[in-house]
Amino acid sequence: MRYLPLNENDRAEMLAKVGVDSIDDLFVDVPKAAVLDDLIDLPRYQSEAAVERYMNRLQAKNMSAGAAPFFCGAGAYKHHIPSSVDHLIQRSEFLTAYTPYQPEISQGTLQTLFEFQTQVAMLTGMEVANASMYDGSTACAEAVVMATRVARGKKMKAVLASGLHPHYAAATQTVAQYLGIELAHNAAVPGNDANAIDQIDEQTACIVVQSPNLFGEIVDLEPYAEAAHAAGALLIAVFNEPVAFGAIKSPGEQGADIVVGEGQGIGVGLNFGGPHVGLFACRQKLIRQMPGRICGETVDAKGERGFVLTLSTREQHIRREKATSNICTNSGLCCLAFTIHMTLLGEAGLRQMAAINHANACTLADKLSAIEGVELVNETFFNEFTLRLSKDADQVVEALAAKGILGGVPVSRLTGDQKDLLLVTATEVVTDEDIEAYVASLTDLMS
Amino acid sequence: MSMSSKGRPTSPVAANSNEHETVSGNKGLMQAENLIFEIGTPRRTGVDFEPAKDVRSRLGGMERTSEIGLPGLTEPQTLRHYVRLSQKNYAIDLGVYPLGSCTMKHNPRLNEKVARMPGFGDVHPLQPQSTVQGALELIDELAHWICTLTGMPAVAMTPKAGAHGEWCGMAAIRAKLDADGQTHKRRVLVPESAHGTNPATAAQCGFSIDEIPASGDGRVNLAALKEKLGDDVAGIMLTNPNTCGLFERDIIEIAELIHSVGGYFYCDGANFNALVGRVRPGDLGIDAMHLNLHKTFSTPHGGGGPGAGPTVLSDALKDHAPLPFVIKDGEKYRLVEHSNGEGADSFGRMCAFHGQMGMFTRALTYMMSHGSDGLRQATEDAVLNANYIQSSLSDVMTPAFGGVCMHEALFDDRFLENTGVTTLDFAKAMIDEGYHPMTMYFPLVVHGAMLVEPTESESKQELDRFISAMRGLAVRAKNKETAFFQTAPVHAPMRRLDETQAARKPVLRWTEAVAASE
Repeated sequence: MRYLPLNENDRAEMLAKVGVDSIDDLFVDVPKAAVLDDLIDLPRYQSEAAVERYMNRLQAKNMSAGAAPFFCGAGAYKHHIPSSVDHLIQRSEFLTAYTPYQPEISQGTLQTLFEFQTQVAMLTGMEVANASMYDGSTACAEAVVMATRVARGKKMKAVLASGLHPHYAAATQTVAQYLGIELAHNAAVPGNDANAIDQIDEQTACIVVQSPNLFGEIVDLEPYAEAAHAAGALLIAVFNEPVAFGAIKSPGEQGADIVVGEGQGIGVGLNFGGPHVGLFACRQKLIRQMPGRICGETVDAKGERGFVLTLSTREQHIRREKATSNICTNSGLCCLAFTIHMTLLGEAGLRQMAAINHANACTLADKLSAIEGVELVNETFFNEFTLRLSKDADQVVEALAAKGILGGVPVSRLTGDQKDLLLVTATEVVTDEDIEAYVASLTDLMS
Repeated sequence: MSMSSKGRPTSPVAANSNEHETVSGNKGLMQAENLIFEIGTPRRTGVDFEPAKDVRSRLGGMERTSEIGLPGLTEPQTLRHYVRLSQKNYAIDLGVYPLGSCTMKHNPRLNEKVARMPGFGDVHPLQPQSTVQGALELIDELAHWICTLTGMPAVAMTPKAGAHGEWCGMAAIRAKLDADGQTHKRRVLVPESAHGTNPATAAQCGFSIDEIPASGDGRVNLAALKEKLGDDVAGIMLTNPNTCGLFERDIIEIAELIHSVGGYFYCDGANFNALVGRVRPGDLGIDAMHLNLHKTFSTPHGGGGPGAGPTVLSDALKDHAPLPFVIKDGEKYRLVEHSNGEGADSFGRMCAFHGQMGMFTRALTYMMSHGSDGLRQATEDAVLNANYIQSSLSDVMTPAFGGVCMHEALFDDRFLENTGVTTLDFAKAMIDEGYHPMTMYFPLVVHGAMLVEPTESESKQELDRFISAMRGLAVRAKNKETAFFQTAPVHAPMRRLDETQAARKPVLRWTEAVAASE
């Protein structure tokens, strides 16, 4: 077996050193009834070529985003990732390292985490950020739990404004249900959710507002921040698409206390939904309630600058049942990909990329909404918008796929209802030919 | 798995600086490297774009007007920066990485290639299901391997890491208890040797935690466990093999005891790599167990993730599994994504989309490459390697418990008594010898713990070199060469770092103000 260095001679010598006759003697503590004598009924080992062939056949059954005019979003976005990103994250020293618990031989990972935290803080307009969560939805759930900790458990209500991605709302509900956190959640419908402000009361620990929201609408967060702060609650700002902050105001500039969202759009591929990378940023004064790993600056015994994991007294390995979260492994390598892509872009590149996304989306929205039976719902948007169709969006998307076009995400896929709504995204990877193909096919289907 | 900072110093003693210093701060191949904020500028970029089309803005007056401050670098500068940084990291591909409980085994590169195939890496989670049948088939096939290897009837695939899987299992138990009206069952038994995620997870599912002491042989104290049983017990969270690297001999009896009071058995599967192909947890009476695909099935640790934590569930719990899940109807696969109909009993959704597909592809590739015979051999080699280390060091170091171990060997610090050398010093001296230290000061039940997990990926030659280095260090410690240990490491990219200062005055990001003050 190509991955196992021991041979039969080695094994015999080693068993002799241990002082046992056979490998079975090392499993003596296993109850006899549970010992398997025979091989488990699964295929035997295979060559690299054979496994690769099998996997190649399987992947060929899928329609990949790069092989089609592609317009899907709704929490996962296709951007061009420079080749050097994937090359660098596959360096052995990054790929095959563990969590940096021995800082003297982990400065590569630690310095990139410090750079990552700084980039996330800058992008969101916040003071500090952690070293990542699993994804945007779990970061959202953790932020709500954090807000109840900030309120010392005295306020156990969270208001979720209606534009929150339904998966994020569901992940939050799943966690909240066993912690006694009450959610006031307005079902996802297009338009700003002024009603959410009225739901803030003295029991409210936080209000959660997404911008751009599920429908792509850009939400002015300031009224929510004012209302939250007036009631002694926190504003948690959520986002799905980090590239948006190359074009629109950051949540920090609008008064958010905690900012959480999905970082996949920078550096990380679609991966059928995972792994992605959850971004988590907040005000400095809240850091001791923040979940997850945090990297900090310090000095070594010679006084040279270095980095370590810090504030671990918040975490489960020290605090156990009193920890801020149970999270341990996070999205390390995806953070690295985010950081490298962001470094390649720089502010100028990010802004240019965002401008192209917006321009492509505007162009597409104008052309699609000119089709009979297609109406643009949004007043504002960045690179994603909502169409109201005179036909069932799910059936339209299936028909487009049959024509080789991945035309967007039906809202009903996320909510189970609103079957006439379709979410459509255009990023910088969309070409004029893609737009023309989409317009022609949708015109056909709607007539 | 983590390294505890309890019971060890977190600030270094100052090092004398009379070593050979270079003019540049570089040390040969080891290049000094500043932060990107100190070498890049916001106007520099390493990406070329076409000009944007001229359009009427739809940003609704929310345009960003302030500078973000993000620095950019061109491509060659970026390569240099991150390659230089990479060389300050230890890695499996460089040498023995014996972190106990972390399972730092070889990461086959075929797995990386497969994960990047466009049909896996470049598919959107919400494409029409008719366009992702291969992806759903892969999830279903991996689930089949997992259920077969564990001897369990069902698996929840969406948890994103081990701790997320623990949460999944405990939430399934909570949902089952609630559905049965057993709302008085809120106490969860957790051995004191448990990883910190266990009590943290139980607490986040609304349970209270009751610790069970360990017995003298490093296992659950069965008498103490029996005393803790009661009608309010919701279940137990037990790692097997446990964090001392020992198989819980009484595990079947423990399962029966927990079931006898109407509780459920959560098994932490972090150490399943010691059992694959030789023991099926389903035969031990467990109700739920997560698997760390990034440990047992070799998806890369990546400096801290991403992981994946699929969680197997018993017949009693499986209806409460999280959304979404894959169902095979004839030749077609489909996702159940909503909490009505087939998903009505689910405890809910744990995350956006369908789990860690990028880890699923790697793990299935690993499983198929090994096959049932290779997986069993890997398990046996991992256990043999750990026992070989334990036997080869038992005369100069002190194994914490007698007898054979499973996949990891646990030592305590008795062999360092009266030497002036601590476990931390010993670990840092290993760095100078070219090895990543073992897990230290964990589990908490052993004083100055050193938990060594070699995995099956080490050859006998590598193990012999490692053993020779460890023996040499043990001799030096016995000779009371304390200065040698206390100043270590001196050959690493950095000397010991001051963790106390980092926590007392947190500097968690670069700012111009901080930079100017330095």
